[in-house]
Amino acid sequence: MLLFIASEIMLFGSFFTIYFFVRVVNGASPWPPEGFHLPVFVAGVNTAILLTSSFTMHWALQAIKRGHRAGMQAGLVLTFFLGLTFLLTQMLEYSRIGFSPSDGAFGSVFYGLTGLHGAHVFVGLTLLAFATIRAFRGHFTPEEHWGVEIPGIYWHFVDVMWIVVYTTVYIL
Amino acid sequence: MINPLRSEAEAYRFLLLTVGYFAAIVIATLALGRWVGFAVFVLLTVAGLVYLVRARRTEPPRRVATREGSENVRRILVVANETVGGEPLREEIRRKSEGQEEQVLVICPALNSPLKHWASDEDGARVQAQERLDASLARLRQLGVDATGEIGDAEPLQAMEDALRLFGADEIIISTHPPGRSNWLEKGIVEGARERFSVPITHVVVDLEAEREAPS
Repeated sequence: MLLFIASEIMLFGSFFTIYFFVRVVNGASPWPPEGFHLPVFVAGVNTAILLTSSFTMHWALQAIKRGHRAGMQAGLVLTFFLGLTFLLTQMLEYSRIGFSPSDGAFGSVFYGLTGLHGAHVFVGLTLLAFATIRAFRGHFTPEEHWGVEIPGIYWHFVDVMWIVVYTTVYIL
Repeated sequence: MINPLRSEAEAYRFLLLTVGYFAAIVIATLALGRWVGFAVFVLLTVAGLVYLVRARRTEPPRRVATREGSENVRRILVVANETVGGEPLREEIRRKSEGQEEQVLVICPALNSPLKHWASDEDGARVQAQERLDASLARLRQLGVDATGEIGDAEPLQAMEDALRLFGADEIIISTHPPGRSNWLEKGIVEGARERFSVPITHVVVDLEAEREAPS
């Protein structure tokens, strides 16, 4: 697990290095550069959706630990659809944002960072889909629930990374 | 150092802390300026890193169920590394198995450097452990102790747990260097084993230097 975390930190770290390099090179000029407008409010709502999905994920695991199967199933379904909403909102944001990855260094690094995170959300959704199907097939018990625990850890990690991306790219 | 993503509950707590961490930085930056925000970032980052490095888990160790042994045979699991060939250890095994049929399994953990452990480069460590084990088994056979041996995990407690799942031990003998020279005693391996395993545990101290200096 530590090796996985280290590799992910290095992967995101390389993208953040590029981001801060571009930002420092930009100097005292306005940030984001002129002509680029980020939908801070929509992304903020999307952040709230993703944070809520972490709460439902935690609820799902707590439910199965207490032997409450329906709670786990509801938690997993809610988490999956909240994550899907996040991803679809991000795709909608891409279609309306008004610039593309080829529009200068800022465009490239913006799509690189948010796209890298989006790819992680997609992997998380795939894991959640499997966990949800297994939950409805009666696979998990209060003693044996690794199939929910591991996607849960991954999902929270993806949320942590989004908090970092949202704060640095959209707010600061 | 603790891993903040070891379990889902810990990962969830880490997420909440991350939200608080960035909220403090954003509020400080927007309300008081960029440099105050930077100061808050540095302070919180240092505090967080110090906590992660110094924090220790406080939950009780898990108890490990062991496989039942046979009634007619006394099964002894011996865990030792460099001291596997020491005279006190051989004497203890002989004493424990006296007067009844015994089965002795010697586990020799393949101790490795942390860097090689993380790089999964354990070939050299396993070869060295195998050499020590072969020499020890030969000495035990000379004393009339019928022993078999295996190379174990680099972590001694994990090596014991692995062995216990397959070998229904009635007793574990842990052999170490004397206090002050034993890395295992420093790490609390004997106490850890007593907390984790339900079978009786005997600790044998082997002073190899004294044995070498003693007249034969």
